[in-house]
Amino acid sequence: MAGIVAYGGYVPIYRLNRMAVYSSMGWLNPANIMNAAGEKAVANFDEDPVTMAVAAARDAIVDSGGDDLGALYFASTTSPYRERLCANIVASALGIEKIRTSDFAGGLKAGTSALLAALDIASSGDGGKTMVTASDMRLGLAGSPQELIFGDGAGALIVGNDNVIAEFKGSYSSGHDFGDHVRGSESRFDRQWEERWIREEGFETFILEALSGICDRCGVKTAALSKVIFPGYFGGGRKKIMKKAGILPEQVVDNLQERVGDTGTAHPLLMLGLALEDVSPGDLILLVGYGSGCDALLFEATGEIENYSPRKGVSGYIGRKRELDNYMKYLVWRRIVPADEGLRAETDKETRFSLIWRSHEMIYGLRGSVCRRCGTQQYPEQRICVNPSCGAIDEMEPVYLSEKGGTIFSFTADMLTATINPPAMYGGVDIGGGGRLPIEFTDCTMEDLAVGKAVDFTFRIKFYDKVRDVTNYFWKAVPVAGEVN
Amino acid sequence: MAEGIRDKVVILGMGCSKFGERWNDSSEDLVIEALLECLADAGIEIRDIEAAWLSHHMDEVNIGKGGLFLGRALHLPRIPITRTENLCASGTEAFRGACYAVASGAYDTALAIGVEKLKDTGYGGLPDSPIFGQMSRMTGPNATPPGMFAQLATAYSARYGVTMEKIKESMTHISWKSHQNGARNPRAHMRRPVTKEQIADSPIIAYPLGLFDCCGVSDGSACAIVTTPENAARIKPGIDPVKVKALQIAVSSGEEMQYTAWDGAGMLTTRRAAEKAYAEAGISDPRTELSLMEVHDCFSITEFATMEDLGISEPGHAAEDVLGGFFDIDGGVPCQTDGGLKCFGHPIGASGLRMLYEIYNQLLGRWPEDRAIKDAGLGLAHNLGGVPNQNVCSVAIIGK
Repeated sequence: MAGIVAYGGYVPIYRLNRMAVYSSMGWLNPANIMNAAGEKAVANFDEDPVTMAVAAARDAIVDSGGDDLGALYFASTTSPYRERLCANIVASALGIEKIRTSDFAGGLKAGTSALLAALDIASSGDGGKTMVTASDMRLGLAGSPQELIFGDGAGALIVGNDNVIAEFKGSYSSGHDFGDHVRGSESRFDRQWEERWIREEGFETFILEALSGICDRCGVKTAALSKVIFPGYFGGGRKKIMKKAGILPEQVVDNLQERVGDTGTAHPLLMLGLALEDVSPGDLILLVGYGSGCDALLFEATGEIENYSPRKGVSGYIGRKRELDNYMKYLVWRRIVPADEGLRAETDKETRFSLIWRSHEMIYGLRGSVCRRCGTQQYPEQRICVNPSCGAIDEMEPVYLSEKGGTIFSFTADMLTATINPPAMYGGVDIGGGGRLPIEFTDCTMEDLAVGKAVDFTFRIKFYDKVRDVTNYFWKAVPVAGEVN
Repeated sequence: MAEGIRDKVVILGMGCSKFGERWNDSSEDLVIEALLECLADAGIEIRDIEAAWLSHHMDEVNIGKGGLFLGRALHLPRIPITRTENLCASGTEAFRGACYAVASGAYDTALAIGVEKLKDTGYGGLPDSPIFGQMSRMTGPNATPPGMFAQLATAYSARYGVTMEKIKESMTHISWKSHQNGARNPRAHMRRPVTKEQIADSPIIAYPLGLFDCCGVSDGSACAIVTTPENAARIKPGIDPVKVKALQIAVSSGEEMQYTAWDGAGMLTTRRAAEKAYAEAGISDPRTELSLMEVHDCFSITEFATMEDLGISEPGHAAEDVLGGFFDIDGGVPCQTDGGLKCFGHPIGASGLRMLYEIYNQLLGRWPEDRAIKDAGLGLAHNLGGVPNQNVCSVAIIGK
């Protein structure tokens, strides 16, 4: 049996109230009031599609540690790299190597296309599990509808053959070079064609085509579906699809437009993650990915679904939120508005790839070592044991530390250092099980910091090397009790 | 068993430039200013210098690497010049090199000179430089020195249960005292006395350190000429010279940052260097035997913690000594009688030598009444380079 064996998701902690955006930019495009309801999820200054994919993947890895993965896919239309495989960075952060990796890009259906590719592996009886991540943080120009509509987030699914919680029943795909949203290779901001054309000729037409295609192929009626998942913020368009396809409102999964926004390639996976938190064995789930055509996939929940829950889950992350009460901060974080970071920020922090490569398990995987002689856990990896009463040489076992959490040993909040999110909070953290590392704190304020407080580790942007257009990643610490649950 | 450096080397002369924002003076100007004073004091000429140790830290914004700068600036006649760089202990490290050279019998007369030109960066604070290597860029926090030292306060508070308010009050007293002393010192960078309210209310740089908890970033140079006791008696007959009593360096083992035994409330290196320096100098009770100290007050919290690390205050009780005025100019062991890093300034490579310059002149009774330490017999200079969880500490003791 091929299907989904685990699911998770990630929504960044910050929410930007759309009216806050509209009150600043509505003068330019008053009709945007139509899009100004609710809030959108906004990646923190140190997050990007890669870090969000790591967070979603970790949400889905409940107990396996990821060791049994045979492939990892990363889907995004906002990859920080034109050339450099982000799936490899995600895999490194999970402490996994020597597996099949691939990035899926281009259209918004890349998330479901990656899922189909993973299901192909499972259906072929290859045996290994595949982690599918999809993550996006698309940008609209200031004052554009897209700026309000888009949100940031990531979804993750593990596909395999054993302990399947949602069996894959079949799929239907279409590919159309339909230029509703287009970004050229030099463009940062989304550009969209006339909305009515998109809605009528693309959204409604392609999704209806996919719905009937999959129902015919799998021999099911829409009335039999427990959950119907299709992204898209067009309220009228969604109703039209439902009416034409004979789908009732209670069958349709929330498009998260009010709470998160359209997360692009991630959105079908994010919505599926939310839906799977609330299904029963035997439920039929129809998932549609839309953008440059459609992918439609049919799943049937198995009895295993009752034994599974993600660590935090999409609903958990949606509930964990803080208001980003400053629209300008969003513009600066996304480097839309150039801000004065001071001359200190001009220091050239050069990326040295040979250094990263030889230490990538240590940097991206947060790999330390445990001394076989005295049992002392230490970071970074050492050849000579740091325990002053041991000093064993070359008696180390590698150990991945990202899931071990820790406690705050010391902290400060620094107004002097160059950052687009002052004050820079950092300190010492004692790692669960031993060892200590100096580390930055994120997703918190200084009021959340106290010596002895528990932290979790989270994979984040360490610094952006603007001279070379390279994003460098490392781990940060998030105070556990600082999270608003 | 090695017998140490005690009484083997004497200071023949010292010099120190005015510290400050010396916008229109080059590093060459600064070393010449310090050296001319030093030569006059020593009673020798440039050509009498047989070997030199040059300390400077930030070669990126200063004078480049190696010892070449000094040879060119002073037109020294192709003598051996060694550049020393050991973070903020660089100046003391240069002094140590010169002293060891004389003690070994390799040279009769050696120069230790430090210089730093920090004000050519265009911004306040120290330049952002990867002092802990490229890996620290990849994994270390986006940190500054005040942020790293500020953590002493949060860890100290947790370790000893001393409130942050009490620590802040002590830090404020420390900076207030240094401003009092610095105001009396014409060579100091910052000469304005400030009130405790001004200090306590200054803008936060890195919690809990405010602006007035941070030392000055300055341009400056300081130097010493050292020689053998025999040579000194020949050049300056009848003068009781200042002798080197102890020179110790301790460097972090990585334990502080990677192992969990360190409490974060002080510097393990300082404790080690002090212990060894007291033994080398024959000091059994520093609290009563030391006449004055110049400690590395890069931040007020550093001075606070250092008082315990040096064994002057009991662990967990520095606040009582600080607030009781024990380190004030009229206290039990006056500290930073020249204003310290806080007010004299901190041109990194020169700082250790600047401290020795102050103690040397105090020991010789050269300072005016308003800041003279009467009958000073032994003085301690302490540097701490790096950050609390990884650093280089130097402790030098000189005396009559």
